[in-house]
Amino acid sequence: MKIHEFQAKELFRQAGVPVLEGIVAKTPDEAVAAYDKLGGKIAVVKSQIHAGGRGKGTVADNPNQRGVVVCQSADDVRQAAEGLIGKTLVTIQTGLEGKTVNQVFVEAGCDIARELYLGIVLDRAVAKPVLMVSTEGGVEIEAVAEETPELIFKEHFDPAVGLEAYQVRKLCKKLGITGAAAKAAFKFMPAVCRFYVDYDCSLAEINPLVITGDGQMIALDAKVTFDSNALYRHKDLLELRDLSEEEPSEVRASESGLSYVKLEGNIGCLVNGAGLAMSTMDIIKYHGGQPANFLDVGGGANTEQVTEAFRILLSDPNCKGVLVNIFGGIARCTTIASALIEASKVVGFNVPLVVRLEGTEVEEGRKMLAESDVDIISATDITDAAKKIVAAVA
Amino acid sequence: MSILVDGSTKVICQGITGNAGTFHSLGCRDYGTQMVGGVTPGKGGQSVEGIPVFDTVDEAVQETGANATMIFVPPPFTADAILEAVDAGIEVICAITEGVPVVDMVRVYEKVRASNSVLIGPNCPGVITPGSCKIGIMPGYIHQPGKVGVMSRSGTLTYEAVWQTTNLGLGQSTCVGLGGDPIVGTSFIDLLKLYQDDDQTEAILMIGEIGGSAEEEAAAFAKANVTKPVAAFIAGRTAPPGKRMGHAGAIISGGKGTAEEKVAALEDAGIVVAPTPADMGDAVVQAIAKANG
Repeated sequence: MKIHEFQAKELFRQAGVPVLEGIVAKTPDEAVAAYDKLGGKIAVVKSQIHAGGRGKGTVADNPNQRGVVVCQSADDVRQAAEGLIGKTLVTIQTGLEGKTVNQVFVEAGCDIARELYLGIVLDRAVAKPVLMVSTEGGVEIEAVAEETPELIFKEHFDPAVGLEAYQVRKLCKKLGITGAAAKAAFKFMPAVCRFYVDYDCSLAEINPLVITGDGQMIALDAKVTFDSNALYRHKDLLELRDLSEEEPSEVRASESGLSYVKLEGNIGCLVNGAGLAMSTMDIIKYHGGQPANFLDVGGGANTEQVTEAFRILLSDPNCKGVLVNIFGGIARCTTIASALIEASKVVGFNVPLVVRLEGTEVEEGRKMLAESDVDIISATDITDAAKKIVAAVA
Repeated sequence: MSILVDGSTKVICQGITGNAGTFHSLGCRDYGTQMVGGVTPGKGGQSVEGIPVFDTVDEAVQETGANATMIFVPPPFTADAILEAVDAGIEVICAITEGVPVVDMVRVYEKVRASNSVLIGPNCPGVITPGSCKIGIMPGYIHQPGKVGVMSRSGTLTYEAVWQTTNLGLGQSTCVGLGGDPIVGTSFIDLLKLYQDDDQTEAILMIGEIGGSAEEEAAAFAKANVTKPVAAFIAGRTAPPGKRMGHAGAIISGGKGTAEEKVAALEDAGIVVAPTPADMGDAVVQAIAKANG
């Protein structure tokens, strides 16, 4: 689960990770009021969307309007807020369709001496979280990793213990941090590591992490993602979820226990199991088609779930045909077949439907489909299925 | 012989009184697995269709001599269930449960690796030695005793691969579902070692997917240490970047994790890579033919 920058910063503040004063605003008036409240000097107006690259991103029909604006006056703030709120911001991470800015964060300015990068993520290879820092703050860290990986420094830590003092010393040495800033690092770095563990994060990223002229360390940005599997023990975090930031069909799917990701193509896919779902997309593409989605109905798919899955697939205007690929294990082919027949009555299939069934109770399942009046193109194996659906939508 | 489990393996189920636990314990017993007991705290003394239930794993081991377990307890209790099995000296632990928090697995992983237990999963279909012992949720009938060691990060895609090798008459020695989570107890490399030393296994099929670097590491290991023919498939060649993996996740493996890089690493190690999921069985046939010159 992702949250907004202003929400992440509030959690940071509570966890002892220094951030600047800031106020969230939903209208230009609120933004100006926030500016006045912050002291009326330099302020930064920042679009709040669940995607990075906002500083370089621009509003869809106004290429001069950036997603983050440094303001010197109340007029500047009003202009920036008017240019952003309710508009569509396109950044390197949003895709071409962009994301609507519903609110901005008005934040006090500060005296920046250095910009660093800090990120924490799970290192799967060693099964431990890793703290990564870099001298190259404020720029795209992917580019740094690609071009100058030697400028990224890493320290793994034990979640039960946190970051050790010697690890902070090592990182400070490599980053060339001394004096007051180094002293700040001994609080800052372990605090972010503790935050990552305490809140079951899957990502905590601060880019840039700034050092001010007087040696303070401040999180100028905050990007936090939580491990969805651990949310049951962080009920308070659920309130921070912003459904307007998520793809509506994906939200709907997750409510029904389906795993769904919308894509750009025109062939809807309904599959059981994530690996099989991914490879079904692969084989469609291999035979010249374009998948419209990833959809895993899971192991225990029932009639309601399959019906809802069809509703979601068919509500996508791009969907010109559907491929059902089921390898019954726990999910029996008969269950899927009767769900399919049921769904056809409720939803009404208006596009070609290719069905490939295999596994538990396959003969009975195929028979049920053959005897029903559902219009189905049946396929014998996964290649046959892919070829038939690609031909059907061509 | 097969790896990890065989006809002599004695299995318990942690969470046997839940719906899934009961259903699959009976399914495994029907397949021929020696299901000797189950564990549900507070329900010791009961029985599930003739399978005795114990309060603790320790007690179950004392009473039945169990040396393997399959875990169906809910995600918040899975880490504890795994640690209990490790403490009781269980040799093979299959954690089927999906949705275990990653931080829990960081803690468990270290303890498991420092013990003599092998953990398969979590979020996995389990392990099966066809004809002898099935521990998990896979449909038994698609398997056939034979010569291919199948290992996979995915569930139903494994069934697809197993079905293809069965239809080609190759059969399987032991099939292991490693699990789809970021941290799982057993890696491809762990299994490559076991398959390499197993007489029954004549060829190995590795089914990976995008993300992480487990396949690249396995490829490097196989190149240096495995003499048996190896075939592979990578799922997710067309998956868009950034949908599941965070950007910082892509950094840590130094840009590794895409299907292209994985396929390149596998091919560099002389492994036959199936171009589509329909070709996994054929890839094994090709790998065997290649090894025989």
